[in-house]
Amino acid sequence: MVIKILRNFARRIFSNLFKKKGKIKLGFYGPPNAGKTSLANRLCQDVLGEDLGTVSNVPHETRNVQFKEKVVIEKNRKKIEFKLIDTPGIATKVDFEDFLKFGLKKKEAQARSKEATQGIIEAIKWLDDMDAVIVVLDSTANPYSQVNITIIGNLVARKIPVLIVGNKIDLKKANIKKVQNAFPEYDVIGISAKTGKNMDDFYESLFKLVKKVK
Amino acid sequence: MAKKKRVRKVKDLTIHFMPYSEIRHDDAITRIKKIMGIILQDKIVILQGRLRPDEETRLIENTMTLIGNIKGFQGIEIASIDSEHRGVFDKMRRNLARILVGENDAITIIGPAQVVKEIKRNPKKIELMLKGR
Repeated sequence: MVIKILRNFARRIFSNLFKKKGKIKLGFYGPPNAGKTSLANRLCQDVLGEDLGTVSNVPHETRNVQFKEKVVIEKNRKKIEFKLIDTPGIATKVDFEDFLKFGLKKKEAQARSKEATQGIIEAIKWLDDMDAVIVVLDSTANPYSQVNITIIGNLVARKIPVLIVGNKIDLKKANIKKVQNAFPEYDVIGISAKTGKNMDDFYESLFKLVKKVK
Repeated sequence: MAKKKRVRKVKDLTIHFMPYSEIRHDDAITRIKKIMGIILQDKIVILQGRLRPDEETRLIENTMTLIGNIKGFQGIEIASIDSEHRGVFDKMRRNLARILVGENDAITIIGPAQVVKEIKRNPKKIELMLKGR
């Protein structure tokens, strides 16, 4: 009996020691319209030559969690396989009338609003399944929004490594310093998913993030 | 002659101050139930302290479930602000206080989105913008 316990213990120790880092579940989180899908698309285009999801100016375009399996990123002869998980934007309010301003009909707006609320719940539920998360923020918007703080706080509480990306730095109003000042304890990188600006630095930071995955 | 500025009157606005002692011994579900109970009466809650991150996500989930099921409810606006802690000693003192008496060294404002248009927050202040009624 004692020998059996010792043998199992030793096996567990050795298997943990030589365990390979398998596919990493990389989540994209953030408020609506920050550019999560645009960044996921940029990544997929760079690697696979195809998009992950559709993008739009209308908020809550992504209303379901979307995946892309087997995204292998190579850098300095090192390959890492990811499963990309693009999540709906997290918000504390959803008003169908906001969608009317974008030309949607009332029924379409109401349906979109309902799907958006369900998408937010789904995104929150997925938090537990992530190995690492990229929090995508709009660098032209106020970074001190409670949603941003809530998302990052939850990731920290779950000990999930975080990289904060300030997107849309191609726009005049962008203020990446403000994003960095809001989250001084985290790695913050400014990019433009639309133009591809600073994507090399993004990949560099992504590889650093992966090192933190346990 | 300069034009007189018009001040729009806000009708029937109720602010509910919730001391931390009111939720200190509650579990997450009870805390959220208490807060949502007030929010659904179209009142603004000023909470002494702040919710834990997991409680905040639970509050958001709860809010999303209620949108569409309660007529006129559009969600919530929420913001927290902490007192400034600069030095290491300050942070240690705060952590110790948190362990002893709970997280009450902050202020959280939660309001229904049909009443509160926006809560603007920066590290030093919170501005509450109400919807014209």
